[in-house]
Amino acid sequence: MLGPAVKSDCDMTPFTVGLLTVLLMTAGPAVAEDKKPARVVLPTVKIEKGEQCVEPTDEMRRNHMNMILHQRDRTVHEGIRTVKHSLKNCIDCHANPKTNSVIGKDGFCASCHTYAAVSMDCFECHSPSPRKDAAGGKPATSRLDMQRDQLQRVTAPKPLAAGAPVKGAVP
Amino acid sequence: MSLNRRQFIGLGAVAAAGAVLAPALKLIDLVQARSPDEAVTALKRWGLLIDTVKCVDCDVCVTACHEENGVTGHGRPATDAQWIRKVGLRDKRTGHVQTLPLMCQHCEEPPCVDVCPTGASFKRADGIVLVDKHTCIGCRYCMMACPYKARSFIHEVVTDQKPDVPRGKGTVESCTLCVHRVDRGEIPACVEACTKDGGQAMLFGDLNDRGSAIYQRLRAEPSSQIRPDLALNTGVRYQGL
Repeated sequence: MLGPAVKSDCDMTPFTVGLLTVLLMTAGPAVAEDKKPARVVLPTVKIEKGEQCVEPTDEMRRNHMNMILHQRDRTVHEGIRTVKHSLKNCIDCHANPKTNSVIGKDGFCASCHTYAAVSMDCFECHSPSPRKDAAGGKPATSRLDMQRDQLQRVTAPKPLAAGAPVKGAVP
Repeated sequence: MSLNRRQFIGLGAVAAAGAVLAPALKLIDLVQARSPDEAVTALKRWGLLIDTVKCVDCDVCVTACHEENGVTGHGRPATDAQWIRKVGLRDKRTGHVQTLPLMCQHCEEPPCVDVCPTGASFKRADGIVLVDKHTCIGCRYCMMACPYKARSFIHEVVTDQKPDVPRGKGTVESCTLCVHRVDRGEIPACVEACTKDGGQAMLFGDLNDRGSAIYQRLRAEPSSQIRPDLALNTGVRYQGL
């Protein structure tokens, strides 16, 4: 009798310990969330501009890296510069107005990536600040205008034909 | 109902007009700006024509390029990045000096692309030779392969980049023909500066477009490539060398 009883006791103990561990683990974060301990710095997810991102929030949280990756190859190799999924578009909306940046302590990108312990190297090359003319960039001149200007320049009766090398050389 | 003579001739005239006009419309289409979601195609080949006779003793092209692309130095000429530089040529017998801007020549057969082990150095369909810094490992084979010494290596951490021009330590870079501007339908910064403040020595355009100014000039006037013996078919051509 003693043998089986001990055996069954041994069977139970790991199970109980396991159960308790699971309970504790699930309870842990809930408790932590309530008290908000200062040890873990939570990300600053503050949306500065606009009400809606380019995709639903869940989609953005899970897949923003794929969108940026896909767009990056299309832009660099094929010259496709659609704004919607571009890194510049992210930065234009999400830059912190105080620091004018998406990195740094309260930066939209950096704070969440620090929290998730996922390193990103976008900003070793890319500027973390929005474009200066992000609000109202001047409209690009069309290629036709460009060609026409250059054609006019060429067909015009040589403006610098006399070889005057510097403008305003003669007072 | 069969066609009478008059109707037949009328239809024939319409068809003939269509046949004549269609290619012309096609040409106009090619000249107009590409929409941002359209990929570049080999129908275009961007190029530069530099008239060294008009190239005066100034460096507005260099300044404009480095300003546009956020290329800053550390006061160390041996290692600082140079996307475009002025080169002086002196005839030893006559002492005649001429200067010309030298940058990536955007070859049709780029040696930098041949040697790149990761495929980071590549030629875009429209002829612009670029470095994909996402895949560049900084081995600098391309710098050794380039006969024009057009490429630079970034030795130090870069900050304050231009949003349109990402630059970072450990990668190779060179003239992009201001690809971000070209994709917007603008001309490169050096050409704009030279036209405005310099000697009006630079002309940018599509080498494939028979209607473009650069095509017509190249067709009508003599021009040369630097190191034509290498048969790289450069996109940058010079006059007066």
